[in-house]
Amino acid sequence: MNFYAFLAQLIEFVTALLLAPLFVGWVGQCRAWLQNRSAPPLLQTYYTLHKLFHKDVLLAHNASPLFRAAPYAIFACMALASAIVPTLSTTLILAPAADAVAFVGLFALARVFIALAAMDVGTAFGSLGSRREMLIGFLAEPALLMIFFTTSLISHSTSLSSIVGTLARTDFVIYPSLAFAGTAFVMVALAENARVPIDNPTTHLELTMIHEAMILEYSGRHLALIEWASALKLFAYSCLGIALFVPLGISATASPLALLTAAGFMLAKLAACGFGLALIETLSAKMRIFRAPEFLGTAFLLAVLAMLVHLLLGAGP
Amino acid sequence: MRFLNQAIDFEPLDGHAAPTFAARAGVGEWLAFCAAIREAKRRLVALWGSDERDRGEGGEGGEGGDRENPPGFALHAAFDLTEGLACLTLPLAAENPAFPDIAPIFPAANRMQRAVMDTIGAMPEGDGDRRPWLRHANWPASYRPLRGDAGDARFETRNEDYPFVRVEGDGVHEIAVGPIHAGIIEPGHFRFSVTGESVLRLEQRLGWKHKGIERRFSGMGLSDGARLAGRVSGDSTVAYAWAYCQAAEAVAAAAPPPRALWLRALLLERERVINHLGDLGYLGNDVALPFGLTQFMRLKEDWVRLNARLFGHRLLMDCVVPGGVAVDLDDDGRRAVAAQCDALEGELRVLKGIYDEHAGLQDRFLSTGRITPQLAETLGVIGLAGRASGQRWDLRCNHPCAPYDHLRARMCVERNGDVAARALVRFAEIKESLNLVRGILRETPAGEIRREVRSEADRRGFGWIEGWRGDILVALETGGNGRIRRCHCHDPSWQNWPALEHAIIDNIVPDFPLINKSFNLSYAGPDL
Repeated sequence: MNFYAFLAQLIEFVTALLLAPLFVGWVGQCRAWLQNRSAPPLLQTYYTLHKLFHKDVLLAHNASPLFRAAPYAIFACMALASAIVPTLSTTLILAPAADAVAFVGLFALARVFIALAAMDVGTAFGSLGSRREMLIGFLAEPALLMIFFTTSLISHSTSLSSIVGTLARTDFVIYPSLAFAGTAFVMVALAENARVPIDNPTTHLELTMIHEAMILEYSGRHLALIEWASALKLFAYSCLGIALFVPLGISATASPLALLTAAGFMLAKLAACGFGLALIETLSAKMRIFRAPEFLGTAFLLAVLAMLVHLLLGAGP
Repeated sequence: MRFLNQAIDFEPLDGHAAPTFAARAGVGEWLAFCAAIREAKRRLVALWGSDERDRGEGGEGGEGGDRENPPGFALHAAFDLTEGLACLTLPLAAENPAFPDIAPIFPAANRMQRAVMDTIGAMPEGDGDRRPWLRHANWPASYRPLRGDAGDARFETRNEDYPFVRVEGDGVHEIAVGPIHAGIIEPGHFRFSVTGESVLRLEQRLGWKHKGIERRFSGMGLSDGARLAGRVSGDSTVAYAWAYCQAAEAVAAAAPPPRALWLRALLLERERVINHLGDLGYLGNDVALPFGLTQFMRLKEDWVRLNARLFGHRLLMDCVVPGGVAVDLDDDGRRAVAAQCDALEGELRVLKGIYDEHAGLQDRFLSTGRITPQLAETLGVIGLAGRASGQRWDLRCNHPCAPYDHLRARMCVERNGDVAARALVRFAEIKESLNLVRGILRETPAGEIRREVRSEADRRGFGWIEGWRGDILVALETGGNGRIRRCHCHDPSWQNWPALEHAIIDNIVPDFPLINKSFNLSYAGPDL
């Protein structure tokens, strides 16, 4: 049992590291199709990472050790976060190590690092980006916490594994609260991952950037780590969304056969999720930055509504 | 002839496509005329300087005392009058040339005067703005490239300390953007003074694309000059080439055959459509709606490909030549152009519907980067951006040259002056251009397309064409040997760049790229 749990954990971790760039590539592919463009190769993100890892790092003269350490810290946060999301199995070694609140904390930690690193060199864009990122972050985090609390109320636990385990294994019950929480989660995920309509990951207009403005000064392996970490974050969010709101197929045990079935389900769900993300991004324009509080305020409101619905209707075990 | 009750006798110039007048004036008359133009709500088209020291007989006219002075420099200004184009020349002294500052009358004259200062060395009098404009630290202040005796020289690039206007106050900080940007876009330096995201002031620093084109013109033959004029601004190559050819044909006193004029109009309208399509796409892209970009780019690509097939060049360079056009249109080509107009009209209706109905896009467009009609009038905003702010300037309607006098173009005007208005004007102008193209295809007369043009010595000619950004002026002068002595090309961006500084005020920083794109001014055109 313990050996299998260890194996499941390892497979999950490696899967996340390897599949995250592919997922980003898949979203780009879908976006291109929806916009009538010919798409870049599906493996483009790997090529980019490969290229960046082979490039020299160019540092500003006044860059402090923090600037150099930040990419590793951010990458570590994201790698750990994706390790504790139950994507294939709910029997994970690391599951007791961090619960949903710690999960949110990991993202917050990464955010603090990237914002500090962006301000470290002292360029106008770095601080511009940090300021905007913090605006988005402090609105998105409470909403994310509320979403987790709603799901915790159903499963009576803040551990991600037990939440997903409960949701996956109860008999078919429709939780109205989850509809609200799910919508709120999509909105938060868009904002947190710097996607349209909050940010535009493909823009070259430095004045409009949020996430990109913070990493303008990074190059070489540092940039590669940050890009990879962003891919991991998107992957973790997508897997979490799938696990919480469409938990179909996630295995309770860690037997090889169950893991294989779960992997099949996961790939199919991720593909659909990526297409959905591309669809949202194609249909919407980027909103003015001062609309972001309204957008995330709505997400928070929906999350609170989800909790109220759960308490008032008292559904679930 | 006298205009606006001013004591300046203008002489009508022969052989011009639009009525053109020229005169010399002294300092007093110069200022009075500028004030009268402003009073009459007419406008300054262009301002440039020239070195006249090698002129044997120059210097007569104007105020007394010139006869004992050797010929010096000259300052020229072109004005848009109801009667046509009026060019006024102010003789300047050979030693320490100075001219009265007309920036208080025409705000747009500020940068043009500074360019005169950088290139000729004539200084605006009084406490006007004397910071360099075109000259960066790449050439020393003592080097005046447009003086006849300047010579070719190379200089080391150095750092410069340009005194931007500082905004002081609690929480105000500066954001410096460019000239090197995060993407491959044109070089321009923008200095924002902001509190948070809100812009208090924007100051531009342009002139990073100086190529020495005006200096290069000197000594060229008339036909070589057309090729160079067509390369001043690649997106307006037809407009520049046509304006240059008008000037060259006035110099040579040779009118092009009628069919050539109609074909030139066809090329000009195609150029307008292509640029408007590109801009509409990029406007969508800048609000993160790349769907718009791909669709408009697809349409634009169809048009440039047909250009390549029918006229041999995607952007139509070198199609307009002195004396006529270098390309003809056969029946097959006419059918292809007509079919393309019909196809575009249908697609455009759908795309306009999508842009109009898209809430996110309209939210970004509406009320962003607004120039009110009053402000536009004060600043002298012209061309497309002017028409989006209710300024009724369009040469095709105000001073129609052939064949526009037959075609009767409709002027597309909006009054809101925001990004949405500038997008609407583009949609309307594409539609109007399609109508014009259809009219041209119907009515183009048969006949020859090109006549011989032989340059004449010591002549002046002016060309004035409404390009897609606004009106382009080319002032051409030949020397004793019949080769070009001085050729000044004026881009409408001179007038409209300062308006952008006003459009961004009270908007937020991330909206700047969108506002900038909605103007889409030329970086290269006003930096020759």
